Amino acid sequence: MSAFSAIGERGEVEREEFTPGMEPQPTWCPGCGDFGVLKALKQAMPEVGRSPDEVLLCTGIGCSGKLNSYFESYGFHTIHGRSLPIARAAKLANPGLEVVAAGGDGDGYGIGGNHFVHTARENHDMTYIVFNNEIFGLTKGQTSPTSPKGHKSKTQPHGSAKSPIQPLSLSLTSGASYVARTAAVNPNQAKEIIVEAMEHDGFAHIDFLTQCPTWNKDARQYVPYIDVNESDDYDFDTTDRSEASEMMQKTEEALYEGEVLTGRFYVDSDRPSYGQEKRAIGEMPEEPLAERYFDEEYDWERSHDLFLDKHK
Amino acid sequence: MTDDELIWRIAGGSGDGIASTSQNFAKALMRSGRHVFTHRHYPSRIRGGHTYTEVRVSETPVRARGDGFNFLLALGDSFARNPSENAYYGNEELKPLEENLDELREGGVIVYDTGLLDASEIDDFEERAEENDWHVYPMDLRNMARDFGREVMRNTAGVGVTAALTGMDLNHIEDLMGEAMPDEILEPNVEILHHAYERAQEEFDHTHDVAVPGGEHDEEQALLSGSDAIAYGALDAGCRFIAGYPMTPWTEVFTIMSQNLPEVGGISEQVEDEIAAAALAIGASHAGVKSMSGSSGGGFALMSEPLGLAEMSETPVVLVEAMRAGPSTGLPTKPEQADLEHVLYTSQGDSTRVVLAPGTPEEAYDQTRQAFRLAYEYQLPAIVLYDQKLGGEMTNVPASHFDREPNPDPGSVITEAELEDAPHDATGKYQRFQYDAEKGVTPRSLPGQKDGRFLVTGNEHHQSGHIDEDPENRVLQMDRRLGKFDHISADLEEEDNQTYFGPEDAEYGMITFGSQQGTVKEAVDRLNDDGHSVRAVSISDMAPFPTAELAEFLDGVEEAVVVEMNASGQLRGLAQKELGRYGEKMSSLLKYDGEPFRPDEVVEGFKASIDGEDLPGQNTKYVPAAGD
Ligand SMILES: Cc1ncc(C[n+]2csc(CCOP(=O)(O)OP(=O)(O)O)c2C)c(N)n1
Ligand code: SF4
Ligand SMILES: [Mg+2]
Repeated sequence: MSAFSAIGERGEVEREEFTPGMEPQPTWCPGCGDFGVLKALKQAMPEVGRSPDEVLLCTGIGCSGKLNSYFESYGFHTIHGRSLPIARAAKLANPGLEVVAAGGDGDGYGIGGNHFVHTARENHDMTYIVFNNEIFGLTKGQTSPTSPKGHKSKTQPHGSAKSPIQPLSLSLTSGASYVARTAAVNPNQAKEIIVEAMEHDGFAHIDFLTQCPTWNKDARQYVPYIDVNESDDYDFDTTDRSEASEMMQKTEEALYEGEVLTGRFYVDSDRPSYGQEKRAIGEMPEEPLAERYFDEEYDWERSHDLFLDKHK
Repeated sequence: MTDDELIWRIAGGSGDGIASTSQNFAKALMRSGRHVFTHRHYPSRIRGGHTYTEVRVSETPVRARGDGFNFLLALGDSFARNPSENAYYGNEELKPLEENLDELREGGVIVYDTGLLDASEIDDFEERAEENDWHVYPMDLRNMARDFGREVMRNTAGVGVTAALTGMDLNHIEDLMGEAMPDEILEPNVEILHHAYERAQEEFDHTHDVAVPGGEHDEEQALLSGSDAIAYGALDAGCRFIAGYPMTPWTEVFTIMSQNLPEVGGISEQVEDEIAAAALAIGASHAGVKSMSGSSGGGFALMSEPLGLAEMSETPVVLVEAMRAGPSTGLPTKPEQADLEHVLYTSQGDSTRVVLAPGTPEEAYDQTRQAFRLAYEYQLPAIVLYDQKLGGEMTNVPASHFDREPNPDPGSVITEAELEDAPHDATGKYQRFQYDAEKGVTPRSLPGQKDGRFLVTGNEHHQSGHIDEDPENRVLQMDRRLGKFDHISADLEEEDNQTYFGPEDAEYGMITFGSQQGTVKEAVDRLNDDGHSVRAVSISDMAPFPTAELAEFLDGVEEAVVVEMNASGQLRGLAQKELGRYGEKMSSLLKYDGEPFRPDEVVEGFKASIDGEDLPGQNTKYVPAAGD
């Protein structure tokens, strides 16, 4: 009998179950793109079919990091940039959990960039949503790693001298096996992509364009957007690395020219997830480790029996 | 000095196999009933650079390096980069012989490999040997090894010569080689061992008076290091997840855990950096697995923010910190005890962490288990603080010390059955951080448990976990978290972690911690034998600090010297801060040259403290008590 009976128990859930009673009204600014992520995520849940008790939502620090204050599930609001290492370890400890990490562009591509690269490289079975508003929201509008070159802010009064990071390309070269971009203004596509990402066995990265009307006033509202998977203007194979790479580059450049391209860019359903790889080499148990502490039959190993002989 | 003990120093280059040879040597002597203690010295390089290991062998228990040594096996540095005297680092080829002479005792033995070393290149070698009554036995070990097929076997040949000169049986050495070596290597090694032994018997006139002492154990022993003991303590505490990033000397614990965890169905993760390492341990623990991480100074600095998150989110986790000499990259392979304040105070805000600093392998095992128990019962981070010396030195410990039941108890955790009756908020979130929880601890639910959902955050939060900046809530939550400490203090009192040496009614005191415990004990024994009246305490509980216990100790003595391996007297500072007085009673004996104290340095330091004489040694420092 599982000590975590919520896992796999229900299959059928309602959207409303994901709205908490305590703090149902987000404190985000009116018109903020973050509302779009919350809404899409809640809408995705009935299709994914996982209940609030089997979801662990780990967030970073930023306006975006508040996501789990407004979403009913197990939540871990971590520290700036560190949602990924916390989330991926929880998944290794109890693989039955539906693990989602989320945070801002500063959080994920800046301060937490190292974790982003390595979590993608290792292909942990989880979903990572980056709220990309091309700005530091919570700290009041400083230039972020995705702000366009020349972007002026209080800390870059003469405009940023740096070219922005290319999040999709970075994700692909790092090793993510599902890479998509969607936008808050496109709730249906966003929901579908979240569903696919959660169902994907491996590291699924969603670069989620979220407008920040408060600090990024000049920025586009990310409309009109084009779905590259549906548009006749684009023809590429999302399972082909080099075609995906080319399309990503095009998309990343286009954003700074005012054209918002969204959709799935890369999907590799064959690559084993990190947990599978680790089990294959005998470095991770078949049964969820977290269960063992509740298993009264388990015969706990002792170093005295297993390891002391070689010291004698 | 009459030598009723053997202190054998094997010296060579980094990469010459000194460590494994000395370990086998120590183990062979342990098997034959002797007590052993090893002390190692090595540079931060893979190849080249002078390195040595000392094996101290005695009839009675030993837990410290000696004052110098009495048998040198100088193998020569086969990887020496620069055989020129004018080079910045000096003539490296000669170092294994030359650099060890200063600490060689009168009447000592020198065996050196003439295949690599030419004693005539060392200034006044003959004169010094004569003056100090050194007994010199040169032998071409390198060519002997070549004749037997492999040059690395000069180590084995050196052991054969040592055995012949010290009256040691070869059988245990042979057994150990048999256990470790594949047949094709074993055969020539056994041959050269005997050949070297016989040649040393035949060719030399044995004029020296250094020998392996007698001895017999009354129970089975195991040869292990502090790093081994920490790893075994963790495994027996039910730890099944470790995440880390290599850094000397913490790498030892990380390596042992990584090799053993798969065997017990656990998980080890080598990750991108130490921030990730600590964060992973927190994540795995949050999901219900007993977890640990660790590092040394610089890597532990990177863990500072996750450490604070564990405190604020009340996520249990055990971190180990293996000190090496700092600041910054410092002396990467040398011991120091200068991270005490770092570990106690790093990370923002008022902290709630347990810090234990064991002083012996036994304590390392016991206190690592305690660290897990306290972390998981009280939902906070617990840190095991040790250093390069305790981590790497090997000594014999009764095997029965580890014959204990494992403790996989996940601590303060709620079950699904209990959750049914537990308090929830309006939408069904479990009240994870209740103001009036017993001992300040609400049993935690784990993700995946039915009706256990909660939010946890590094922000100040309400009982349900939601972010809350209300002043009243803030004070209630801070007081609750900090209040756990009173219960932990009471709990730790039962563990009796402080170790005392010397007569209870002694006139003077000595205070130390961690790896210096054995050295201080030996110094205290010698001082009392010499007619002084000294008692020492080795403190392990750094947080919470055993304030009342130490006050009682200090009340009982005239004055106390605090012995620690750092430049600023961190333990003395902590004691004064915690006690709020006794500043006029405590002086400091400090050492921070990268080498641990020798017992005689502590003896001299004590004498300096009572009669105000200057210290004879260059590298120890005496700082008088306030107002002296
Ligand atoms: C270690 C650390 N550095 C800095 C901060 C301050 N800080 C909080 S959020 C943030 C940036 C937020 O930008 P982003 O990650 O893009 O999130 P957004 O608010 O835009 O959603 C910063 C710099 C912090 N909390 N921790
Ligand atoms: S500051 Fe920007 S990102 Fe933050 S809540 Fe307001 S609109 Fe949203
Ligand atoms: Mg942002």
